[in-house]
Amino acid sequence: MIEVQSVIKAFGNRPILKGVNLNVAGGEFLTLVGPNGAGKTTLMNIISTLSRPTAGRVRVAGFDLAHDALAARRQIGMVSHKTLLYDDLSAGQNLRFFARLYDVPDPQARIEVLLRQVGLWGRRNDPVRTFSRGMQQRLAIARALLHDPPVVLLDEPDTGLDQHSAASLGDWLGQAGVARRTVLMTTHNLERALTWGHRVAILANGRIAFQADRSELNADRLRAEYDRIVTRR
Amino acid sequence: MPYLRKVLAIVAKDIAAELRTREMLSSMFVFSLLVILIFNFAFDLRADNQAALAPGVLWVAITFAGMLGLSRSFILEKDRGSIEGLLLAPVDRSAIYLGKLLGNVLFIAVVEMIILPIFIILFNLPADALPVLVGVTLLGTLGFAGVGTLFSAMVVHTRAREVLLPVLLFPVVVPVMLSSVKLTAAILDRVPLSEVQNWLSLLVAFDVIFMTLSFMLFDYVLEE
Amino acid sequence: MTPGNRWTLLLIGAAAVFMVIAIVLVFGVAPDAANLTTETERYAQRIFYFHVPNWWVGFLAFLIAAASGVMYLTSEREVWDVVGLSCVEIGLTFTTIGLITGSIWAKPTWNTWWTWDPRLTTAAVGWLMYVGYLMLRDAIEHPQRRARFAAVFSIIAFLSVPVNFMAIRWWRTIHPVVIGSGSLDAQGGFALGPNIQLVFFFCLFAFTVLFAALLALRVRTEWLARRVEQVRQQVLSRG
Repeated sequence: MIEVQSVIKAFGNRPILKGVNLNVAGGEFLTLVGPNGAGKTTLMNIISTLSRPTAGRVRVAGFDLAHDALAARRQIGMVSHKTLLYDDLSAGQNLRFFARLYDVPDPQARIEVLLRQVGLWGRRNDPVRTFSRGMQQRLAIARALLHDPPVVLLDEPDTGLDQHSAASLGDWLGQAGVARRTVLMTTHNLERALTWGHRVAILANGRIAFQADRSELNADRLRAEYDRIVTRR
Repeated sequence: MPYLRKVLAIVAKDIAAELRTREMLSSMFVFSLLVILIFNFAFDLRADNQAALAPGVLWVAITFAGMLGLSRSFILEKDRGSIEGLLLAPVDRSAIYLGKLLGNVLFIAVVEMIILPIFIILFNLPADALPVLVGVTLLGTLGFAGVGTLFSAMVVHTRAREVLLPVLLFPVVVPVMLSSVKLTAAILDRVPLSEVQNWLSLLVAFDVIFMTLSFMLFDYVLEE
Repeated sequence: MTPGNRWTLLLIGAAAVFMVIAIVLVFGVAPDAANLTTETERYAQRIFYFHVPNWWVGFLAFLIAAASGVMYLTSEREVWDVVGLSCVEIGLTFTTIGLITGSIWAKPTWNTWWTWDPRLTTAAVGWLMYVGYLMLRDAIEHPQRRARFAAVFSIIAFLSVPVNFMAIRWWRTIHPVVIGSGSLDAQGGFALGPNIQLVFFFCLFAFTVLFAALLALRVRTEWLARRVEQVRQQVLSRG
């Protein structure tokens, strides 16, 4: 579903991604971990079509991002560490706006379903400004899934959430129906990476340094691999 | 037509957001009133030279207020990261330009519609000139906002945004200012529009050329 | 992909030679303008040989800058950004000199250093635009974004110049319209006799060569500076 081939991204003279190869199969949940500055957000921005790679190819849901970015966007739902919502509008207004942008059929019904799934139906007329960070992320999840995308990108969605909210984020994601989709998530938290994902990959020094199935790993081994890779220069 | 629907959705969203806070409209309105007042004191406008200076004063007020509105439009989006929400959606970048442009024109126009009658009263000008004046004002606003929307999208990435936008925009929209002031003066002096036709043509030509240009270039300005 | 050493030296040499010839022609060979009355006016008229080419070079520079802008946006190759920046810098320099020489000529001819005559006003406005270009570049740190925005701005800036220029066609001007239809109010205009024309066109040519030489130099310098910076970054990131 997501194919990243030899992606290089340089900002001016600084190369951030130096040749990333990554594949996420349909229905798979891959978590990507890596130190700060490794390029996780840069990679997510490329896969979500927000930016273009300096070299390499990316295909999402069969669409080559270099040519069919617009079509690809319909297939992608993204939850970022920034909410990407409009603070002054209500939850309902936000979702109605994005429903129009994504050509969501029968938007009213769909919005109600999603808001109930993330437990925000009661707050649908309140401005997003008044929501806690956890609630904003829940609304962001609803927004990401509004158009029923087969691919979901989560860019450090647990940022800024306390332990409890971060843990329940997983529940909300599940409630909203993330499980059956193809998911790529980046996070700092190794434990979460292991429990949520089918597979874990480590991005370091601009490349995928390590990949393994959940069945082959436990928390200690992942931590050891991570430390080894990150401290090596 | 889905394209148009998305453009209108963006305009509607901007209107809804502004209605909640009314910050932008009120600051633009108050600011333009202040400019008119300040000009009165600064130039010691007496009855005889008032008529000559009036069009200039009006357009300075509109331009400065317009700058305020233009910069706010994108600053809000950028600071909360919501521009990325727009970019992630399957929307043509040009639709974002049109949506933002229409929103900007609308907001500036609202302020103008309030300012114009006040202006006519304060300067004791012929009131039946109002309809034609409205038309000319809108044409000027289109040109101003046409390029201004493009520039404000660029400037929002810089550190000195509020200062840089006027610096970049003013020189480019000089033809708009020139034509608008000339036309406003003609209208207020009851000169038939056929005599100032070249200014009208210049204004329309500028609007068409530069809105098209900005429309085409907007893509490049939004890319990450 | 920058002009090699040999070409650059050749251009500089040619420019030097032509400019010297031009100066000799202007002060030695060119005849006095026929219809000018005072001694000062006659002497000041010679600035015309430098003043107009200044504006010509400015125009040429900004045109190439806009074209480079288009090339950059379509190809994303850094060299076009370098050419664009160099052109604007050089164009702005020549435009500044143009404004100053114009002012020097204006004092004896119109008895004022400056006037808000439309042609001058639009010239000043154009000058401000390109200063804005440099300010815009300064304000953006991200190199690709800087290049892209600069390209977009230089395209719009250049296209607004003719629109500005149109304004004077419908506005009575006291600036002599030497080329094109004259205006009744133009003061200080003079006829272009054949000798004057000869010297004038040579000066135009000489200045163009000078522009080419400066452009080659500036592009080289900027390109090398960026490559040095690139190597520096690579060394730093490896350490």
